[in-house]
Amino acid sequence: MERIIFYVLALMMIVFAINAVTSRKMLRSVIYLLFVLSGVAGIFFLIDYNFLAAIQLTVYAGGIIVLIIFSVLLVHHIELKLEMAKPVRQIITAVACLIGIGVFLTTIYSHQFNVVNNHYSTTTSDIGFKLLSYDKGGFILPFEVISVVLLAMMIGAIVIAKGKKLE
Amino acid sequence: MIEGISIYEILTLTTILFFIGVYGFLTRRNLISILISVEMILNASIVNFVIINKYLYPDMLQGVLFSIFIIAIAAAETALAVSIIINLYRQISSVEVKDTEVMKF
Repeated sequence: MERIIFYVLALMMIVFAINAVTSRKMLRSVIYLLFVLSGVAGIFFLIDYNFLAAIQLTVYAGGIIVLIIFSVLLVHHIELKLEMAKPVRQIITAVACLIGIGVFLTTIYSHQFNVVNNHYSTTTSDIGFKLLSYDKGGFILPFEVISVVLLAMMIGAIVIAKGKKLE
Repeated sequence: MIEGISIYEILTLTTILFFIGVYGFLTRRNLISILISVEMILNASIVNFVIINKYLYPDMLQGVLFSIFIIAIAAAETALAVSIIINLYRQISSVEVKDTEVMKF
């Protein structure tokens, strides 16, 4: 059963990802991206990381997609067709990407992974304790730094998007 | 872990997603489309972190925590990029890459 769900999710993600990078209508490619992100959340649910799947759905599908849609609507005319690269360049890029996929896959398949059979389930409180622990391997410092980064990002975004004063 | 699915199949899926993102990054001519491709690349890397955490070191949490940090950084990056794009559009009325010659604020 999980096998079938995984294959359906994988097929959906690949098809929508290809559509998202080749569609010539801006808004449609954003919506295709939304399906790819939801597929990633589905994979997180399948491997039993519920908290991560919830973060993926709220931050990506809820936040980033809405942000990109807003910027598309502010910046584009809705029926504008996008300009694409020259066909020669597209083919060269596609061939380069296929070579890259080949190299990556031969590397992955020739490596022997020590897979541990397990059915651990991680609770949200485990993640919280690890995130706030001072011990060896704890993540308190990055956690505090990232809050400063988010604050700086907010101030920077407001200052940049406000622009110059009209005089 | 997922019943009946080996780590190789999931890594294949993320590799394909990553290179679709690279393809879009190189062929698109529009700043917002490039942003979409970057999101796709970041998502492929997040899935890799989580999958390797779950399949190889199931009693640790490092992969999950790193992917949480990557998601936070990605959100910050998107918000800043959108504000830069809106500011550029105000100044030169275009978001095409070829028109973007000056990024002086």
